[in-house]
Amino acid sequence: MGGFRRFATYRTATAAGVFTNTVFGLILAYVFIALWETKPHLGGYDQAQALTYVWLGQALLMVVAVMGGGFEDELIERIRTGDIAIDLYRPADLQLWWLAQDTGRALFHLLGRGVVPLAFGAVFFDLALPASPLTWIAFLVAVLLGVVVSFALRFLVALSAFWLLDGAGAAQLAWIAGIFCSGMLLPLNVFPGTFGEVVRALPWSSLIQAPVDVLLGTADPLATYAFQAAWAVGLLAAGRLVQSVATRRVVVQGG
Amino acid sequence: MHERTRPASWPERQGAYARVRDGVRAYRMIAAMWIRSTMAYRASFAMTTFGNFAATALDFVAILLMFSQVDRLGGYSLPEVAFLYGVAGTAFGLADLTLGSMDRLGRRVRDGTLDTLLVRPVPVLAQVAADRFALRRLGRITQGLLVFGYAVAALDISWTPLKVLLIPLMLLSGGAIFSAVFVAGAAFQFVAQDASEVQNSFTYGGSTLLQYPPTVFAKDLLRGVTFVLPLAFVNWLPALYVLGRPYPLGLPTWVAFTPPLVAAGCCALAGVAWRAGLRSYRSTGS
Repeated sequence: MGGFRRFATYRTATAAGVFTNTVFGLILAYVFIALWETKPHLGGYDQAQALTYVWLGQALLMVVAVMGGGFEDELIERIRTGDIAIDLYRPADLQLWWLAQDTGRALFHLLGRGVVPLAFGAVFFDLALPASPLTWIAFLVAVLLGVVVSFALRFLVALSAFWLLDGAGAAQLAWIAGIFCSGMLLPLNVFPGTFGEVVRALPWSSLIQAPVDVLLGTADPLATYAFQAAWAVGLLAAGRLVQSVATRRVVVQGG
Repeated sequence: MHERTRPASWPERQGAYARVRDGVRAYRMIAAMWIRSTMAYRASFAMTTFGNFAATALDFVAILLMFSQVDRLGGYSLPEVAFLYGVAGTAFGLADLTLGSMDRLGRRVRDGTLDTLLVRPVPVLAQVAADRFALRRLGRITQGLLVFGYAVAALDISWTPLKVLLIPLMLLSGGAIFSAVFVAGAAFQFVAQDASEVQNSFTYGGSTLLQYPPTVFAKDLLRGVTFVLPLAFVNWLPALYVLGRPYPLGLPTWVAFTPPLVAAGCCALAGVAWRAGLRSYRSTGS
């Protein structure tokens, strides 16, 4: 929960972020209206669902850290400066410690940056938001799983700094993959053919596409959870493996 | 009068021309220093430049994906959208390369490092703008120019000397308009401190908006970006003249040639805002 309190101190930054999400939401909403007017039911969504997709995407952008900017910048910096050696002496597990931190951050962004853009979208556009609280709960579970998958991916990116020293390049490549493969720019259902199938099978689809589909009722929640959980477990295990290899490296270097 | 935090003798004693010349020279020196420092990690530089290119190219890939499903967007064909995209992307890329570091100003105000810049005998704007100068941002310009090249090749434009002249004119004026937005946004950071995202929504958001045809957007939004924040002069007004398309608000044709004037006006206003922001600055004392 330390993450929550830490981010909660940046009130102006949060307000500014909400403003940005709303501006981008507006631009995308108009583009999607033009797109769905030309081709109704594109990707299996009607226009109200497509617009809901836009505003949910803006609401979730920071929660699931599509563009990075969570704990990983700090972890990379600690690896670069060697402070990581101190962290490794601590009795807390490195991966779990940062996961707790990142979950706090996600929770803050859900409240701080998620609610307002979605409310703005609901007021000014015709959205397809469900009435049943059960659907909303199912959606939040998918968001939580998305946060864990996102964390597991960014943990791997951060650990790459043990080898690359300067993590900027890896972080940027991860950022690109995140934006494109999460469905942030365009719903993954609209991606054509085999290309679309491949992108939908990648872990990033857990971040935006999966939770949105659960809310819109266009995907079965249980199957979605299974998909997200499989990626979460696999990626966390990979992170653990890389962590143990990297830790040995620190010891070899003598801290 | 406001209390001044830097030596009063510096800007007052010099003429405007000398100040600009000093500023440009300082900018070049600081930028060169950052380029040398970036080149210390060559692999990382190559990766981030490619990343910059790829990240901006993604917007265009999204547009390509849209056109894999539809033939027209807002009544515009893919090459026409590419034309708008290329102009907006290149103009924004020019401003981003020269002034893209300005959004760090808020952080400098917060952590007090701005004070270091104030005591140096070099214009603060040049120092802030050149700080962490990132050559990797050439990736964005390259990407914009490539899409622009594709559009010009794919489109069947009946070229006239006026239309040819308009191309460099709109790229440079567009870059200047975006630069003014960067500087005005930085001036706002003196007041808001950690609101750099507001600035982002006008810079990045503005360039995203201009990538799409104006017919997509609501009339009020178009009025806003024509008369309030004149982003429409970056590409829509001049580009629609080249494409031979009417402008949705029914403005006369000659407005296509006004971007240089609008750019000059924007830069002047941004300069005033910057000076006002700098004068209002109170150090955190840390």
